Amino acid sequence: MIPGGYGLPPSSKILKKDRLPSFLERLLEERIVFAPVRRGEVILIREIHAPSEVVLEYENAKESPKSIFFPEREPLFRYRTEKGKVEVDIPPGRERSRVVFGIRPCDARGLLLLDKVLGGEYRDPYYFDKRAETLVVSLACDHPNPSCFCLSMGGGPCSPEGSDLLLLDLSDGYLAEAVSERGAALLEDPAFEKSDEESLAVAKKIKRESEVSMKPVAMKENLEEHLERVFDDPVWKDLTETCLGCGICTYLCPTCYCFDLCDEAAGSSGERIRVWDSCQFPLFTQQASGLNPRPTAKERFRQRIMHKFSYLPKSQAMLGCVGCGRCVTECPVNLDIREVVKSLSGGNGG
Amino acid sequence: MHNPYLPYPVRIDQITTETEDRNLKTFRFVFLDPEDEKKFSYIPGQFAELSIAGKGEIPIGIASSPTEGGVVTFTVNKVGQVTNYLHNMKEGEVMGIRGPLGNWYPWEEMEGKNVVIIGGGFAFTTLRSSIVYMIHPDNRPRFKDITVVYGARNPGMLLYKDELAAWEQRDDINMHITVDATDDPNWKYNVGFVPTVTEQKIKSADDAFAIVCGPPIMIKFTQPVLEKLGFPAEKIILSLEMRMKCGIGICGRCNIGDQYVCKDGPVFSLAQLKRMPPEY
Repeated sequence: MIPGGYGLPPSSKILKKDRLPSFLERLLEERIVFAPVRRGEVILIREIHAPSEVVLEYENAKESPKSIFFPEREPLFRYRTEKGKVEVDIPPGRERSRVVFGIRPCDARGLLLLDKVLGGEYRDPYYFDKRAETLVVSLACDHPNPSCFCLSMGGGPCSPEGSDLLLLDLSDGYLAEAVSERGAALLEDPAFEKSDEESLAVAKKIKRESEVSMKPVAMKENLEEHLERVFDDPVWKDLTETCLGCGICTYLCPTCYCFDLCDEAAGSSGERIRVWDSCQFPLFTQQASGLNPRPTAKERFRQRIMHKFSYLPKSQAMLGCVGCGRCVTECPVNLDIREVVKSLSGGNGG
Repeated sequence: MHNPYLPYPVRIDQITTETEDRNLKTFRFVFLDPEDEKKFSYIPGQFAELSIAGKGEIPIGIASSPTEGGVVTFTVNKVGQVTNYLHNMKEGEVMGIRGPLGNWYPWEEMEGKNVVIIGGGFAFTTLRSSIVYMIHPDNRPRFKDITVVYGARNPGMLLYKDELAAWEQRDDINMHITVDATDDPNWKYNVGFVPTVTEQKIKSADDAFAIVCGPPIMIKFTQPVLEKLGFPAEKIILSLEMRMKCGIGICGRCNIGDQYVCKDGPVFSLAQLKRMPPEY
């Protein structure tokens, strides 16, 4: 945090919309820039090469930006075996620093959970190499989607958590609030101008209206403990009836991080790679003996909910859900995690 | 800081076939770089990922004791892709070991106590590590009576047969070897299931810890025997198995509740397990 704290006048400036391209130009000179771009019908966060590619009038990107820090497929090392020797090469780290520009606050906040999980007792060098060299500039949500519920998950449509700089659309320009020292340094760019009292007042009003527009999720207090009590409740079976186990919820989730390690080899050389995996797949926990502690969709679905709403709050003091709503909108059988939490909150608690 | 995904290179120094069905082999490894051996400093009860380039990794309990030094050994059941490949490897070949991983048996709490070790089948590996560790002259005075109940389906399926015979000869460790059944007229030890032999041979839970490792069915029937003897759940120590990948509490598949078997385990007391959801 910068001295003076988040959101105070000295740490905020105005970026007029006509000056945005020049700012992005200068960012592109120094960094690899990821930003929302249109690809067919959808918005994705991708590397850009020109400011004109960037789309900032959007709801949310189809995929979370976690792959920028935690790729879907990532080589951990290459090896070559020869005559009783194994040679190992670790891929080099980042050569250029990067910025993720214009992602939504829920996704930025999701990075904080990844930081905790991947930065525990064993620090994941691949993730933190990317994280350390990447600035996060997020764009606050002035019109959250009906599927959004970040506020109920401890964040908010204009939450600064996880960002270095937070932009808020004031129609002719953006109020840019520095959240970290790195974010404050970005405000030194000549594209930014001083903010005024009126802009700050407008921003405050937009934030409040945005928050008020969100429908809260009916969630029991101390849900993490309540869920432990309903672990064996028959309600899980009913909730899981329609689940196909496709795993789309986990792939799109900004905080899901489960992975598999596998080898891709050809002859005497190959790579050990890390690939995303999903707790929704039967083989995820299947042991070589044939035993599977989570044998049906019910146990696997329960694991996903318990992990996000009970285990992570207990171990990391943070929910494993930031309320982005992707699993709600993309589930092929319309399983709504908000309804699941609501149903479980209503249980008797055995 | 060491990259936790990177295995240490090791050479297969010796391969011993343990059981008559030839499905269990003990692999003795030597570190290519002596510095790595120092970094791989372990305590009985821990495990490691055996890593074969092009095939992948498997989590296996460490069967050697740190008191042995110079080598590290693992007894591996041939059951999946990696273990099948490993079973066909030859002495002198090079592969990797990643670890040591997980926690260990509660050695500090067990100091000055009686220790009862109960093992079944090929889950005897980290128990072998523990026995070798405890009967080492430096460590033996730290424990009171050491009693071992170890069973297998038949005499040919016992691991570490030479060592078992040697331990039988010692007077500072009480051995109770048993088999489920045998038609060998020369069999001189017990016949009967591990829980039954435990009930016959273990007389007291006074000032004692019990470490139990074995197939789920053995654990299920041994547990009430120990409880009847008066072992409190805090002093019944178990080691769990789960499918694992990273071994460092991140990849997400070996958890029981909020506990990761790879990082918070594999060793848990029965008291701890009773507080966890029954998902193992």
